[in-house]
Amino acid sequence: MSDSAPSTADTRRLAEEARARVRFEEEALELSDQVYRLARRLAGSREEADDLVQQTYERAFRSWRQYTPGTNLRAWLLRILTNLNIDRGRRQQRAPQTTSLDTEAGDYFLYNQLEATMAGENPDEERVLERLSQDSIVEALSDVPHDFRDVLVLVDIGEFSYADAAQILDIPIGTVMSRLHRGRRILKKNLADRTVPT
Amino acid sequence: MIGPCDKCEEMMQPFLDGTLSEAEVHEAEEHLAKCSWCAKRFRFEERLRHYVRVAVSEPMPAELKAKLAALRTPL
Repeated sequence: MSDSAPSTADTRRLAEEARARVRFEEEALELSDQVYRLARRLAGSREEADDLVQQTYERAFRSWRQYTPGTNLRAWLLRILTNLNIDRGRRQQRAPQTTSLDTEAGDYFLYNQLEATMAGENPDEERVLERLSQDSIVEALSDVPHDFRDVLVLVDIGEFSYADAAQILDIPIGTVMSRLHRGRRILKKNLADRTVPT
Repeated sequence: MIGPCDKCEEMMQPFLDGTLSEAEVHEAEEHLAKCSWCAKRFRFEERLRHYVRVAVSEPMPAELKAKLAALRTPL
């Protein structure tokens, strides 16, 4: 057998690799709706989210060999996406984000505020919830500072575990938990600020 | 002075996340069983999380979906 002719083993290996690649691309594309939903909330605008998702898939398809089959592909894609997002969007705003404690309130704050705007006594919680419009929720979330919002979006919207969120954002798990705790309070404070009194 | 409802408020997030110790869960449940004021706020929080998840969910534009599909390696 000559050296230049591909052996049967080589041909088989190439065919196997081509199949693995197709499988990877199909699985990644199946997750694209979920990836987009999170990108939309992580990025500042729809255009940014579109670009971000496209760049994420370009990069993922280029470096597909780095993905270990059987591990969490959605988390792997989100890791690429959050890295791209941090690289692009935050280059302009290098100043550290500070959120003073007085912009936060306790966990009952939103409920108390909403209930206070309602006539009649002791409404059930479903009716209290209806006081929040979809637009106000979207705005309130986008006004949560980046560092807190990233965690909030991954855990509360994307339903990633603390461990996955820690890996995606490359931060300790304790930081995920504290940012989540504060992020939820900031979100509720933002929601309370957007509630129109009746 | 921290009252039992303040303590319950502090425990709400970890309680709903399932990260409290068994003893703390017991303590929270005991308080919630007799305090409808806190129980209501816990139920509200649970629903709020779901409500927020649904409210901020925006479907992917069809054009973007087509662009992504076009990135596939040609067979």
